[in-house]
Amino acid sequence: MSGAGQPLWRRRSRAAELLRWLGWLLLVLLFVVCWTLMTQEQIWEFVWDAPTQAADLFSRMVPPRWSYMDSLWLPLWDTLNIATLGTLLALLIAVPVAFLAARNTTPSLLLVRPVALFIIVASRSVNALIWALLLVTILGPGLLAGVIAIALRSVGFIGKLLYEAIEEIDTRQVEAVRATGAGPAQVLDYGIVPQILPAFAGIAVFRWDINIRESTVLGLVGAGGIGLQLKASVDVLAWPQVTLIFIVILATVIASEWLSARVRRALI
Amino acid sequence: MTRPASRTTRTSPVPSETAEPTLRDQAPRRHQSRDWPSHWRRPPLIADARLRWALIIAVACYLVLGIGSLEVNWARVADGWERGLRFLGGFLQPDFQSRWGDIEQGLMESLTMTLTATVVGVLISVPIGIGAARNLAPMPVYLLCRGIIAVSRSLQEIIVAILFVAMVGFGPLAGFLTLAFATIGFLSKLLAEDIEEIDAAQAEAVRATGASWLQVLNYAVQPQVMPRLIGLSLYRLDINFRESAVIGIVGAGGVGATLNTAIDRYEYDSAAAVLLLIIAIVMLTEYSSSWVRRQVQ
Repeated sequence: MSGAGQPLWRRRSRAAELLRWLGWLLLVLLFVVCWTLMTQEQIWEFVWDAPTQAADLFSRMVPPRWSYMDSLWLPLWDTLNIATLGTLLALLIAVPVAFLAARNTTPSLLLVRPVALFIIVASRSVNALIWALLLVTILGPGLLAGVIAIALRSVGFIGKLLYEAIEEIDTRQVEAVRATGAGPAQVLDYGIVPQILPAFAGIAVFRWDINIRESTVLGLVGAGGIGLQLKASVDVLAWPQVTLIFIVILATVIASEWLSARVRRALI
Repeated sequence: MTRPASRTTRTSPVPSETAEPTLRDQAPRRHQSRDWPSHWRRPPLIADARLRWALIIAVACYLVLGIGSLEVNWARVADGWERGLRFLGGFLQPDFQSRWGDIEQGLMESLTMTLTATVVGVLISVPIGIGAARNLAPMPVYLLCRGIIAVSRSLQEIIVAILFVAMVGFGPLAGFLTLAFATIGFLSKLLAEDIEEIDAAQAEAVRATGASWLQVLNYAVQPQVMPRLIGLSLYRLDINFRESAVIGIVGAGGVGATLNTAIDRYEYDSAAAVLLLIIAIVMLTEYSSSWVRRQVQ
């Protein structure tokens, strides 16, 4: 119901509108370029074939071979150990790193803090599977490579969340402890640690849950656990066994997620 | 947050001020020496002593069992030690040249895969996210969309990649499908939660003007969730690149395949070069995406 001279209501000015469209156009262009680059060596016959392949795969995958379960209990226990021991090892490394990285507890802002931050970033940007790939060639296949791979990946995660928690503590409590004449170690023990303990426990359980998830596939590169069985079954195309392993992995992941959610709710 | 302050004040050795002065005059010394504890001990984390010890023993038992199951082959570790040192040396002197063709192709695949998968994943996850928001969708649609999200979230990328490689063959297309599939679960869930938390008054105001469902979506919901949607998409771009470095191990293209080949050939200097490039790109995307997110939000 706008009159002759009254402008219609618009959400944005004309220039802003144009700029927006230009941005979207650029994104579409980028997408098209990336798509052609990505698919230039693609053999499309394989793709058109995919539905029949999928149907074929599915018909081979069901029913799962339930009797295979007997040889999965031990790998499952190994997987659990990789995740738990890896998390514990990561906690041992990550706690000092976090204290060195936090602005309010680091001994030196210029020298130590950047090093600690670099450790955190480097550990976070490399996936546990890649760490495992490296460690298997160095340590040989087995659980140890898996444990260390999980630990190396988790250090960055735990370190980052923990140092952020340390930076957010209530400084008055620290000051109060210091005012009683406490030394630096006592300030840490009585002023800082009690404040971050709940966050610490929450982070540890959260990471343990993620590590269970990751340790189930570490065996693909030879680092032990149920992934070893998965790789062996995929390599010989024993699809009914693969289905069973998928079911076991899914059940483990859901169980650990449920457990960690409960523990975290109890803690916080 | 449990505040230790409340626990400490209860047992602190400060004499109470409410005692009558006459009483204090009669027994001036005894108060300080006997009646009050002169030492404070921190209360244990778990109050019940039996439970505490049971937990400690259980943890110790598990550690013995768990570490016992590791079965370390020390001779093999000693053998590998030399390789480990060679690998560390590779980090100090990474070799970008001799396999640059492979590395370049792998990186190109990873980057294109990441971008296309993120775009397609976001496009698909927006309707699913809307459908999974309880305040916009009817119950059957809600349940269907939540089901899709649950399936996508509970399957790990690498397992999905195995299946897609078996279906469409080796190469970046399998990786693209995997990453797009993983993006759907992540983004739809967070988007749905965000839509459920919007300011209902704004939606009602728009609806009161006689707006249709689509107009409510466009004028009331979209402006409220758009900044977060952009932020989440950029965050997922970041994650997708990281994952693209991994799914190559099972044949889904990308720089992970290059890395896997380099390690299989024992070319640690090339592998170190790939790893350094991955770390550099991840840091770059992480910083730029967090910068953009700060601009929009």
